[in-house]
Order: sequence, then structure tokens, then C-alpha cells
Amino acid sequence: MQEVSAISGNSVPADEPKLNYINNGHTLKSWLLTKDHKRIALMYLVSVSAFFLMGGIYAGFIRLELLTPASDLLETATYNKVFTQHGILMVFFFLIPAIPAILGNFLLPLMIGAKDLALPRINLLSLYIYWIGGIITLWALMQGGVDTGWTFYTPYSTTFSNSYVMAVGIGVFINGFSSILTGLNFIVSIHTMRAPGMTWFRLPLFVWAHYATSLVMILGTPVVAITILLVAIERFARIGIFDPAIGGDPILFQHLFWFYSHPAVYIMILPGMGVISEVIAGFSRKRIFGYEFVAFSSIAIAVFGFLVWGHHMFVSGQSIFAGLVFSFLSMVVAVPSAIKTFNWTATMYKGSISYDTPMLYAIGFLGLFLIGGLTGLFLGSVGLTVHLTDTYFVVAHFHYVMVGGQVIAYLAGIHYWWPKMTGRMYSEFWGKISAMLIFVGFNLTFFPQFILGYMGMPRRYASYPEELQVLNIFSTAGASVLGFGLVMPVVYLIHSLFYGKKAADNPWMHPGLEWRTSSPPPTENFKEMPVVTWEAYDFGEESGLDLEDARKREAVTI
Amino acid sequence: MLIMQTNSWIPLFPEQASSFAWQVDYLYFYLILVSVGFTIPIVAAIFFFIVKFREREKYATPDEIHGSMVLETVWSIIPFVISMTIFLGGAVVYYTQYRMPDDAMNVYVVGKQWMWKIQHETGQREINELHVPVGRKVKLTMTTEDVLHDFSIPAFRTKADVVPGRFTYLWFEATKPGKYHLFCAEYCGLNHSGMVGYVYVMEQKDYENWLQGNVTGQTPVEQGRDLFENKLGCASCHSGGPQQRGAKLEGIYGKEVSLVGGQKVVADDEYLRNSILNPGAQVVEGYQPIMPTFKGQVTEEQLLSLVAYIKSLSGVTATGTPASAPPSPVSSGTDAGSGNTQGGGK
Repeated sequence: MQEVSAISGNSVPADEPKLNYINNGHTLKSWLLTKDHKRIALMYLVSVSAFFLMGGIYAGFIRLELLTPASDLLETATYNKVFTQHGILMVFFFLIPAIPAILGNFLLPLMIGAKDLALPRINLLSLYIYWIGGIITLWALMQGGVDTGWTFYTPYSTTFSNSYVMAVGIGVFINGFSSILTGLNFIVSIHTMRAPGMTWFRLPLFVWAHYATSLVMILGTPVVAITILLVAIERFARIGIFDPAIGGDPILFQHLFWFYSHPAVYIMILPGMGVISEVIAGFSRKRIFGYEFVAFSSIAIAVFGFLVWGHHMFVSGQSIFAGLVFSFLSMVVAVPSAIKTFNWTATMYKGSISYDTPMLYAIGFLGLFLIGGLTGLFLGSVGLTVHLTDTYFVVAHFHYVMVGGQVIAYLAGIHYWWPKMTGRMYSEFWGKISAMLIFVGFNLTFFPQFILGYMGMPRRYASYPEELQVLNIFSTAGASVLGFGLVMPVVYLIHSLFYGKKAADNPWMHPGLEWRTSSPPPTENFKEMPVVTWEAYDFGEESGLDLEDARKREAVTI
Repeated sequence: MLIMQTNSWIPLFPEQASSFAWQVDYLYFYLILVSVGFTIPIVAAIFFFIVKFREREKYATPDEIHGSMVLETVWSIIPFVISMTIFLGGAVVYYTQYRMPDDAMNVYVVGKQWMWKIQHETGQREINELHVPVGRKVKLTMTTEDVLHDFSIPAFRTKADVVPGRFTYLWFEATKPGKYHLFCAEYCGLNHSGMVGYVYVMEQKDYENWLQGNVTGQTPVEQGRDLFENKLGCASCHSGGPQQRGAKLEGIYGKEVSLVGGQKVVADDEYLRNSILNPGAQVVEGYQPIMPTFKGQVTEEQLLSLVAYIKSLSGVTATGTPASAPPSPVSSGTDAGSGNTQGGGK
């Protein structure tokens, strides 16, 4: 245990800034050519946030258009591009990379006690690939955009759409390699770079979740790349693959697309589940209840996630038998998610729960993910989903999982590790306000959409029947609250960089290895190689945390 | 107005107007019940825990609880069992929705950016409107001229994608006269949200009046016969007795036929359609692959009519063993230039 330096963690930073990964080099080159996973993570943070902002602006236009039943604010053609581009930017350039490329990149080596990821150059390459894919996509959007829906269904996308389908396709294709390389890097690192004593079952669940995510990334992403390639071949060489006019099968496209894009849903949510495990355990100061079950449920979700793609195609004309099989498997994949929810709740039992901002987000996640998961059962139940497919019920469901789940988890994670990443504390007051505003705004936006969906309102409609207006007004009103709530963290987090209180090395007194180095960490992460002698989530003195000392310090600051 | 009849300010529930709508709604209520049954205890537990076990001493170290095999087993099995009841309930309803009845009246639907073209068995044509009698099973045979569409009637709780290059089917039995929304539910480009219309469910006598007032032109079977015998010249090979060069079509529908190469296939709508568009792919045993393709020469509506006509031939003539075709290579005339006779929609 003595090998671990900075073990008490709460030493107040000296006035002289220590050499850390941020002040270790100030030139542009020192950032652009860095191999430091932490710097790469920060560059991802800035880039991914920019895409989130753009996707969010598109979302704002969607909600404004839907304030009235007629297609009036935007031309229908523009509306079609707006919802398409909202989907493409959010899915491929925000949801998929957000937690793995930012928090995963930053934390994974710290959590396993490594100096960096196993393949630092590959890590930098993945960022450049993300940029190239992103720039091509943005270029295509500026040229005139794309109107196929983010699902690119054929034959509309291959034969009928006059928009920049192929340019966006190439952007997404290239971006996929960024995911593949990140996943590869994580798997290799988790296998080979763990510090002495960091056994598999001492790994934080964040790491387990990223392991499962990485499996899906490297197995699933090539399929979407192949699919886009086939679309390109059809468009340019006129070889019939998906277009029935030249002998292809449009349903084949849907199979290939969802074979990736359903597992991609788990790329988006599993890392969020990892964050929630850390935050709930941390702010309950309790070992996660049923560690092994939570860990293996991630793997189970990753594996079963590959077997349920057909539940996106219940009304596509696939056979009744296929519909039944996919419905059954979709029910099975719901069970590991239920197990996680029960374990998170049980973790709080007899804990010592504090209501810091990350914990508020995590509690919000539990509620929203619960609704997102349960409405997934509605959509997995094949007789019901014939009515619900392609309605706002589906839109509400996946926003509950993707925003209520992933985005909320991402915000929980950003707030939880912000002191470590930047060395600064943000305003707890504004943090709590924004967490609550986001929760309220989110529910007001998306809950009415469940009802709209059951009423039959189809998705991707620029205009809709008048009797559905009231619920749409609720939804748009909620979106403005949600949007306001989401802008707040941008403001107070940036403010904290300049005026925030300096963060202690271990502000929460949590046992994870990432808290046992300075804030922000030095370039090499740890002064000395950490040796792990305690079990995961050991919040007591046995794991080397000097709690008495921390309490005294707390008393002095107050 | 009959549109989604609702008395409340905020509509919460759609009109229920088909024979299986109540089944879908019961499933929906059951799922709401399950959701509430899970949500209330979990949310109550969360609130109870965060209040009861709130931090009382900074950086406390509560006793460790590692987990409980019993609890894990219980909360794995209960959701699994409940999810299986949801699966089974869904499966039963799905089977009702998607298994086509044999005794339904036929309606043919062709989707096209951005309209629905509909033809009745009795010859009436409509666009973006569908008139059906109450209390009768209606089966839609659907295809599209261009991209994917989806024929969706929320009040009937059913929908199905309409796929280019093949037929898809939808059936319902309307239970309540009224006017109900018809939506295209699969994104189909620019005016997707304008590809909407109404389904009018009418009392039998009103429906008959409507039929009287709308008889226009030929029925699909008549139109198919016209194409078969005159316009496309199919009859020059597919009729004429034992020496005919093309496969005998009388009585073929729904039967298993042997193909060149030993395969067997059931001669259903899809097979007939494919044989017109891509005749070389599945040639009936005993015949030469001499039929030219009609791809690009028949419209989707004409295809529907041809299939309807060929179906009408079955049962009229007893199935016989086809004689082998004589090798005279005279091509059949394809008189496609005369265009379609359908007037409506194009």
C-alpha cells in the first residue's frame, strides 16, 4: 500500500501549479501531436460538444415546426433535412463517441492504473479519423444536406433522393473506423495494461461496461461500413443490391443496417450504465450491489444485442415466424437491463447518500431509464408494436433511452470527473438546478410523445392532424426548458475553468485509482506504479483512504 | 366531425374501430399495468433510501453488502416470466393482425410518391380514400411504384410496409362506421407527411350506394383479361390447348408446381408476379425459357390486375399435366405501348 503515492488524496493543491497534463506544453503542436489519452479526451470533449450543439439546434427547429399542425415555419423539404441531420449528428457524432471517447479515453487508463492506453498513436489516429469523418459530413450538410432520415432506407436513399447521400455516407463510413480503433484500443488495454493487483473482479464497472461496448464496436461497426459500401456500389455501378428495379432487395438493406444499428444502441447506452454504476456506488459510499451480476449483464447485453435487429422490422414484410423470434429475443435482452436497475437501487440500501450534482443526475437516470426500458417492452411485444411502429411512441422511447439514459449519464460523468479532468470545482448550486431543470424539461418534452404515438401520429411528419396540437405544444414547451437546462452546464463549467475553486486530488474521497493521483493528473498519470491491494468500491480506511484527515480538512474549509 | 372522435381537450386515446383493436388495447393496458407495477416500487424504494440513508457523517463507511444470490435470482426470474407473458400476448395479437383471412373482400393498393391509389374488386378507383363496409373482412394487396411506404390506419391498430418489387398484405374488419385517418408511416421523401387520407367505414347499404355511384371502367379481373388477351398478348402462348408454349395457368394458383431443375414452388401472388417480370428465373417443368420479360412494360396496377385475372382462372378449369412445348421460337407480341387503361392516378 505504501507504493501508492497521494493516497490520502485530499492534500490541498499548492499555489504553484504542479506539472500536469494540461500545462505540460502550450503549443498547438503539443496538442495536435499528443499521444496523451487525457489530452485526446479533452479534444474529443470539445469536438463532440460542438456536434451536440449543432444537433441540438436542429432539434430546436423540429420542435418549433411542430408547434403548429401545418408545415409552416420550415419548408417541408427543409424539415426533412433538419430531422435527418439531427439524427445523423446526434447518433454518429455525439451519442456513439460521447462517453467512450471522452470519459473512456480519459479514465480507462487511470482506472486500471496504466500510464496510457496500449496503443497511444492509434488513439490519436482515431481522433483524426473522427475529425475527417465529421468534416466531410459537415461539408455535405453545408452543400445542401441530406433528407433520407438517419436510417438511409433504400431505395429512397439509393435511387430517389437528390441530396448529398453519398457524401454523408462517406463521412459516416470514415467515422466508423474511429469507433473500431477506440474499441480495439480499450480491449487491448484492459487485457494488458492493468496495474499489479488490479484483477478482473477489482475493475470498476465503468471498465467492464467499456469492455462490453468495445466488443460491440469492433464486431458491429464493420457491418455498417460494408452496408454503406454496398450502397455506393449500387449508386455508382448500378449493380442491383438493394434496388428492386435492378434486381435488388430493399429489405436486405434494413437487415444489414439494423444488424449494426441495433447493437449501436448498446454502444450508446452501455457506457452510460458504467458511469451510473460508479456514481451510485460512489455517492452511496457502498460497494455496488451484486458486482458480478452488473458486470456480466453488460456482457450479456452486448451479446444478445446482436440477435434482436429484426425488431426494427416487424412491419417491413418479414415473415410472421421471424417476427415472433425477434420479439422473443428482444424480451430476453430486457432482463439484464432490469437486473442492473434492481442492483443500482439496492446499492443505495444502507448507504451514506449525499446529494451532489452527479448523484442527482444518476437518480434522474434511474427514473428515465426505467421508463425507457419499460416502453421498450411495449415495442418488443409484436402485436402491440404493429400499431406503434414508426409513430411518436418510438421517438419517445428511444429518446428516453438515448437522452434520458445516455445523455444524463454523460452529464453525471462529466460532473463527477470534472474536478479530476480540469482540477477545478464547479458551482454545486447551479449544478443541482440544471440537473433538476433537465429532468423536468426532458419529461415534459418526451412524455406527451408516448400519447401522440398511441394516437397514431407518424414520425418524420412535417404536418399533422389538428387534434394532436395540444400535446405537441406541451412537447415544444418542454424542449425549451430542456434546452435551457442543457445550456447551463456549458456556462458554469466553462466559468469554473477560470474562477472555480481548485479541486482536491480526491474531492469525493472515493477509492478508485483515478482519484489517487493529482487533479489534474500528470502526463504519466501516476508518479509511481500503483499496486492494488483492496477490493473494488472499498470506501473504508482499508483501501488507504485517510478519511479522518479529509473530515478535518472539510471542517477547516467550512 | 368523426375524426378521432374525442370529447376531451387533450386526446389521450385513439378511436377503436377494427375487430382486433380491443386486443391491441388490452395488451397496451396490460403493459401500462406492468410498467406502473415496476415503476412505483422502484421509485418508492429510491426515495425511501435517499431519505432514510442520507449522509449523516461526511465520508462515512457504511457496512459492505456484497449482494444476494437469492435476490438476484428472484429479480431475474420475475422480469423474465413477465416478459414472456408480454411476448405471448403480443404473439397472439400479431398472429391475428398478420395472418390473412381466406374469406375477405379484396382491395388493391399501389403507393406512389405521394399518394395512395386504390382499386376495388368491383372496379371502383379512389385516391387517398378507401371506402369499406362495416363488418366485412377486407384484405389489401399492396405494392409501390417507387420507394417504401407504409399503409397505416391507427383506428384499426394495424399497418404494414409497402415494398417495391413485391406484394405485402394487410387485413382488417371495421366495426364502427366513421372516417378514420390513413397515414403513410414509412418515410418516403419530400411530401411524406402529405401522403395521408381517410378510410370511410360505411353501413352496408351506404356502401352499396357508394358502389352504385362510382362504377367506373373495368374490374381488376376484367382489366387483367384485357391485358392478357389483347394488350400484352399473353394468351398467344398461355392458351390454346395441349400444344401451347407457355405454362398452363388454369388452376395453377395456390398449387405446388415443379420447376425445371427439380425444385418445387407454390404458385402464389409473389410467384406469378415474379414470373411476369423475371420469367427465366423459375420456369415450370416441361416448358422452354422462351418468355420475354415484361419488366418496364407493365405498371404495378396492371401487374395486380394480371395476377387477379390469373387467380380467377383457377378452379374454373381442372388442372392437367402440361404437354411439352413445341420448339417454334415465335416471340409473343408485347403491346405495351398502348399505355394503361386506368385513367386514375398517374
